[in-house]
Amino acid sequence: MSEPFKQRRRERIDRGVKVRSASIYALNSLEEIGYLLAPRMLLTCCFLFMPLALSPWPYWGRVGLSVCILALLSISFDFLANYVGLVSLGGAFFYGIGGYISAICNTEFGLPPFLAILVATILGAMICTIALLPCLPLRGIYFAIVTLMYPLLMIRLIEAFDILGGTEGFRGIDGFNSFWTEQYGLVLGLLVALFALRRFVNTDAGLVVRAVKDNDQSVRASGISVTRTKAKAVFLASLTGCFAGAYYIHMYSNVGISSFALDLSIMPIAATIIGGSGTLVGPVIGAAILVPLSELLRDFGSLRIVVYALVLTGFVVFRSEGLMNFLTRKYQQIERWVDIR
Amino acid sequence: MTQRSTEPILEINSVSMHFGGVKALDNVSLTVNRGDVVGIIGPNGSGKTTLINCITGFLKPTLGTIAFHGRDITGKKPHKVADMGINRTFQVMRPYFTMPAYKNLVIPLSSPRAKRVGGWRGGGRHGDRNTVAVDILEELGFERDSRVPYKLAGTLPTGYLKRLELGRCLAMRPELLICDEVFSGLSASEISSLVPLIEKLNAQGITMIMVEHRLVELFRVANRVMALSYGEKITEGPPQDVISHPKVREAYLGSEEDF
Ligand SMILES: Nc1ncnc2c1ncn2[C@@H]1O[C@H](COP(=O)(O)OP(=O)(O)OP(=O)(O)O)[C@@H](O)[C@H]1O
Ligand SMILES: [Mg+2]
Repeated sequence: MSEPFKQRRRERIDRGVKVRSASIYALNSLEEIGYLLAPRMLLTCCFLFMPLALSPWPYWGRVGLSVCILALLSISFDFLANYVGLVSLGGAFFYGIGGYISAICNTEFGLPPFLAILVATILGAMICTIALLPCLPLRGIYFAIVTLMYPLLMIRLIEAFDILGGTEGFRGIDGFNSFWTEQYGLVLGLLVALFALRRFVNTDAGLVVRAVKDNDQSVRASGISVTRTKAKAVFLASLTGCFAGAYYIHMYSNVGISSFALDLSIMPIAATIIGGSGTLVGPVIGAAILVPLSELLRDFGSLRIVVYALVLTGFVVFRSEGLMNFLTRKYQQIERWVDIR
Repeated sequence: MTQRSTEPILEINSVSMHFGGVKALDNVSLTVNRGDVVGIIGPNGSGKTTLINCITGFLKPTLGTIAFHGRDITGKKPHKVADMGINRTFQVMRPYFTMPAYKNLVIPLSSPRAKRVGGWRGGGRHGDRNTVAVDILEELGFERDSRVPYKLAGTLPTGYLKRLELGRCLAMRPELLICDEVFSGLSASEISSLVPLIEKLNAQGITMIMVEHRLVELFRVANRVMALSYGEKITEGPPQDVISHPKVREAYLGSEEDF
């Protein structure tokens, strides 16, 4: 019994994270906090460096911004579909409402872009929430189909009554004063939306929202109004969507009925499926794959959509859980050597 | 036993519930006084669950009225009724399957009523609700230091799920607790551990309505029993009187195996 015999064993890096006492995760070392934070930091850094990396090519800079726009819409979709249980095809509605309000604030009332975006985000979310109130009791495919009608209805109304600039829309909207404000304004907006929503779903209020998806009868029996809970969630989702729409119109200085276009409702679904449903980060990754891919495929001309469809199908068939769920699993399976005490 | 008063807290006046041609409830009246444990018995399909649904707002009675503390609650929304302090368990258990057991209780603890009536420390902090949730579960026989309270509700066996149903109600600080067959599906030993709990809750001042098929255990805790058959009230009174009522014997106890 001279030297204590030192033994080592392999264990998964998430072991310390999985051990729980009553309610808190027991993190017993900086190293463990590191394992937890590393992926988050990686994603944050990627987005923060993106503008720097893309600055020599303004074209790709714009593509980077399109990634952020789609990412915002996809987060909004993922949140509603996988945390609240409302499969919304009304992404274009949020987007268009945000865009038009910001355009009006800027051209009619002379608000500078960032202020106009702020007003459009909040006011737009209130309008969208009120507009969707009547369909909140609907579920599943019924909710999906009704929300799909909203943007289509807007297009027809604008055309038929020649309101909101009619088919022309608004032109000459103020842009951002530099490449950097344009880039970082949106990147920060995306990061804030992402981390705020991720935080929200883990609070008690977020838990109630998820409970509605799981079992709304029990939520009612617990004295909580299901409609009000859903309305709050729709408000959060439309904040995100309206922000995206409002930001976009200042990038291109005009807004028109294309802000209510159908693919703005459909693309987020593709991004969410590729990235991983119910993760919020997944959709961002999905958007970061889909948008550049679609740009690269421009050379293929009319074959573009075929290649695009093949890639999508490939993801759905071979990685149906979504990239994010796949990566999380792999990351947590990484093992390390530890001393046995 | 608790001091029972004659102050009525729930008054059900001639309630009828028709589903198309089916009369699930036909002219049922019942008064529940503060501190009572009222048992409701009756064969399958006699309308017991329907009555609970009418009281708690999940159904609107076709005819009749229901009053809580003298205030009409007929046809009120379920969450409004629950907010007033009438909390029910579901016969077909409805946990939040995708959440750990203790998180199931964080939801009622986040409700406006729990915030208002409170009774638990803190007042809105995240960590606190979790601890209170585990406290309540512990009282219901979830071993605190085991992994059971932290397991996904979807993986728990029936016995625990039944108690989880109770836990979700207790988290609401109920004034009137309505249990829809909490004993059924439980083993004899599980029931005998629940009976003292029911008695304790009643002693704390919670008025109860218990729908049960397990008569022996029900009669230990109930001070009054109502018997239903085909949606009609046959009789009501102290357990001994109800059990010896000829119509009850005929309708319900055709098989005597419960005794
Ligand atoms: N939503 C409904 N639509 C149509 N009929 C219903 C509905 N709910 C209940 N019923 C009918 O009402 C009658 C009473 O049902 P209820 O569930 O209240 O019985 P119960 O006494 O709770 O029975 P059990 O002991 O099996 O739980 C049954 O005949 C049932 O088929
Ligand atoms: Mg029943």
